[in-house]
Amino acid sequence: MSLLMKLHFKMSQHTKQRIAFTILGLASAIVIVPVIVIFAILIQKGLPAINCQFLTAMPRMGMRAGGIFPAIMGTLYLVAGTIVVALPLGVLAAIYLVEYARQNFLTRMIEVAIVNLAGVPSVVYGLFGLGLFVIFLKLGVSIAAGSLTLAIMILPVIITSSKEALSSVPHSFREASLALGVSKWQTIRCVVLPNALPGILTGTILGISRAAGETAPILFTVAAFYLPRLPKSVFDQCMALPYHLYVLSTQVPNVKPALQYGTALVLVGMVFLLNFVAIVIRARIRSRKQW
Amino acid sequence: MNKIETRDLSLFYGAFQALIGVDIAITEKMITALIGPSGCGKSTLLRTLNRMNDLIDGVRVTGNVLIDGKDIYGEKTDLVELRKKVGMVFQRPNPFPLSVFDNIAYGPRTHGIKRQSELEGIVETALTHVELWDTLKDKLDRFALNLSLEQQQRLCIARLVAVTPDIVLMDEPCSALDPFATGKIEELMFELKKAYTIVIVTHNMQQAARVSDRAGFILLGRLVEYGETRQVFTNPREKQTEEYITGRFG
Repeated sequence: MSLLMKLHFKMSQHTKQRIAFTILGLASAIVIVPVIVIFAILIQKGLPAINCQFLTAMPRMGMRAGGIFPAIMGTLYLVAGTIVVALPLGVLAAIYLVEYARQNFLTRMIEVAIVNLAGVPSVVYGLFGLGLFVIFLKLGVSIAAGSLTLAIMILPVIITSSKEALSSVPHSFREASLALGVSKWQTIRCVVLPNALPGILTGTILGISRAAGETAPILFTVAAFYLPRLPKSVFDQCMALPYHLYVLSTQVPNVKPALQYGTALVLVGMVFLLNFVAIVIRARIRSRKQW
Repeated sequence: MNKIETRDLSLFYGAFQALIGVDIAITEKMITALIGPSGCGKSTLLRTLNRMNDLIDGVRVTGNVLIDGKDIYGEKTDLVELRKKVGMVFQRPNPFPLSVFDNIAYGPRTHGIKRQSELEGIVETALTHVELWDTLKDKLDRFALNLSLEQQQRLCIARLVAVTPDIVLMDEPCSALDPFATGKIEELMFELKKAYTIVIVTHNMQQAARVSDRAGFILLGRLVEYGETRQVFTNPREKQTEEYITGRFG
């Protein structure tokens, strides 16, 4: 009798476990569903629109025909500008925080500020960029103003990931170098940075992929509604993929859906490509890292 | 003249006093061993000699440390010059994740030597010094972390030798090695003694007895006894030393 009860108890434990696993599995599977659905829809409806002309030609007829070339180039310019500003600033800040800053009130304030910066809604960055870069610093609505705004938006991502990458370099490397009579700055440059670089790059690429896809920060700072030519300088406006998509979807009547989906597919494809590069870099470090 | 001399040296980690009025005089081209139970302050003492303790927040040092008669805690001390002169070998071998060649060339390179032929010469001399040249001369591009632990520790010593220090501090250099490899490193120490002043911290009594010329016994931050190794081990003056060496505590 008691044996039977035990067996019954065991089985019910087993069943409970299976139920729990199923729920956990479903919860994880649900995460993949939107990704697959989005890609499926985009590819199904957008792929027919994508051809050589779509990618390399100017938009025509009030954006109802032609290509999205200036928007693609505009996004690439913005991404490049953002890297130029955010990467050095973020890495230098991270080096200071990890290697030099003492744990005091100021350092804690800086760290709190970084966390809060990461939580600011992107439209607020857009308004901030409009106020500071476009109006106050008189950069005008320009690639410069847009890149600076995007750079500030992704700074927290770059600083946080760079800090993590720098702290994960073993302390023994620093000690070994200092004990050889190498100065602290040389130690950081020759030992710490090279070993942290892959992690820093991964974080940067993830930040950049976010910058490439955001609409709100570029809305008031750089994006041109319709500009069928390439920008002439960093003080020129440009078109950009996310904003172009927004315009096609809401501001221009009678646009062929294929054009909208095609634009979305190009944008998602670019972001996906950037993330993929980050994943490849990370995988390569993991396989090489032996400490 | 004494190579290294400390005078009334005390060190505080915040409120905790880790070294209490240490006076020790270390002679040139000898091996001096610092022994004592864990946490007694022997590694701390070692690390005051090249100011590696400076890296820790909240450390305060009083008293003097004289190297070749100059106080290294004086205001004019150039830490880079000091550490070039007073090198250190650590508990766990810590080669950089680079090739064998680049590990040894690292120090000279950062100190401004750029000519490849000159670097090659330095690498050969350093590896010969630690008896790795014959094994590794055709494998200088090997990844250093793929060597055996003993070879890694030898490589770390070679990396140090390449910046031509005067004094070599060793912080339990064999604790990560098996007895055979330990013996090999000890043989190397005898070789190195001809050119360098060596201070070694060790947990291993037998090792201290085997390799050192002088030995200092440290307990709770105080240098309890210091003298010829033979005398300290066979005829200690202090009761605490005798108790520790005979294994009654520690």
